[in-house]
Amino acid sequence: MLSLAVPGRSWAHRLPAGVKLIGLAVASTALFPVGDLRILAVSLVVALALTASLGPAVLKQTFRLIRPLWFMVGLLIAFHVIFGQVAEGVATALRLVTLVLLANVVTMTTPLKVMMGLVSRLLTPLRPLGVNPRAVSVAMGMVIRFTPVLLERAELVRESWRARSIRPGRWRLVAPIGAAVLDDADRVADALRARGGVAAVH
Amino acid sequence: MERNLVQIALFAALIVVLGLLPKFNLVSGVPITAQSLGVMLAGAVLGARRGALAVLLFLALVAIGLPFLAGGRGGLGVFAGPSVGFLIGWPIAAFVTGWLMEQGRPAAVFWRALIASILGGIVVMYAFGIPGMAVVLDKDLLTATGFAAPFVPGDLVKAVVAGVTVEALHRLRPGLVAARD
Repeated sequence: MLSLAVPGRSWAHRLPAGVKLIGLAVASTALFPVGDLRILAVSLVVALALTASLGPAVLKQTFRLIRPLWFMVGLLIAFHVIFGQVAEGVATALRLVTLVLLANVVTMTTPLKVMMGLVSRLLTPLRPLGVNPRAVSVAMGMVIRFTPVLLERAELVRESWRARSIRPGRWRLVAPIGAAVLDDADRVADALRARGGVAAVH
Repeated sequence: MERNLVQIALFAALIVVLGLLPKFNLVSGVPITAQSLGVMLAGAVLGARRGALAVLLFLALVAIGLPFLAGGRGGLGVFAGPSVGFLIGWPIAAFVTGWLMEQGRPAAVFWRALIASILGGIVVMYAFGIPGMAVVLDKDLLTATGFAAPFVPGDLVKAVVAGVTVEALHRLRPGLVAARD
C-alpha cells in the first residue's frame, strides 16, 4: 500500500532489519573516502547485483526511486567535463548511485511494521531524556491514518473555492486547510483523552 | 499532552499533503513544491519545540520507507542523496522559525511570520543544505551554492505565502498561532 517496501521472500527480506541497517552504515562509511574508480565501479556492480537478486518487482521500484537522481548525476558530470576533471566527477556519481541503491535495498525489503518496531526499540534508551517511544509510535500511526483524511479536506476546500470563484485558489487555500487541521487536532485530542490517553491506545 | 501530540502528528500529515500538491514552475522554469512551506508553517504555527518535532516525525516516516517527500520519494536512499543537508536542516529550520515567532509581542503577525520564515525556513535551511550538497557531490561550497541558488526565489515566494497564511490562521483561530501551553 502506502509503504515503499516490496513484499517478498528474498534473502534480504529474511535478514533482520538491524543487520541490514548496520550493513548499510558500514558500506556508507567504507565507500566515503574511496576515490579509486575501479573499486567504485565494482561497488556499483555489486549494489546492482544485490538489487537484481531481489526480483523484478524490487528492480522496478528501484528505478522509480532513483529517477530524480539522474538529473543531479547529469549536472555533476557535465560540470566536471567543463572543468576537465572527468574522473573525479565519475567517482562522485558512482559513489552517490551506489549508496542510494544500497539504502533503497534496505527500505524495499523491510516491511513498515518491522521498521516501526525498530524505531521504538532504538528510542527506548532515550526514555530518561523524556522521549516516550509509545507516544512516538502512536504519532506515526496517526500521520499515516490522517494523511488521506487531510487530502480529502484539502479537496473539499478546493471544491468550495471553485464553487465561488473562477480564479484558481492555489496558495489561498493553505490557510483554510491549516484551520481545518488545527480543528481536527482538537477533536482527535479530545477523543484520545476520553479513551484514556496515549498510554491506552493499542 | 494529547493535544500537543495530535497537533504534531497532524502538522506532519500537513507537510505530506503539501508535498502532494502539484508543483508549479517559476518564471525561470525551476519547479517548486509546497513541502518546505509546510516546514515554515509547522514552526510558525506550532512554535519552536512542537514545530521541530512535527518535522522530525515526518522525516522519521520518510526514513522508514513512506513515500512522503514531494514526488513520492522516500526511504533511506534520500538520506544518501544530494538533498540530505536540506533534510537535516528542516527540523532546525522549523525550530528557528518557531523560536523567532515566539519572540516579542503578538502584533504584526504577517511581518513576524514572513521574517521568521525567511530567516528560519530559508537562511537556516540553506546553511545546512548547501554544505550537504557540497559533501555528497564532492564540490566546494561556492559551486554547491550555485547549484542551490535557483531555488531561492521559489522559497521567497513560499515565505510570503507562509506569512499570509499564518496571519489568516491567526484571524481564523485566535490564540492558536505559536501559542505556548
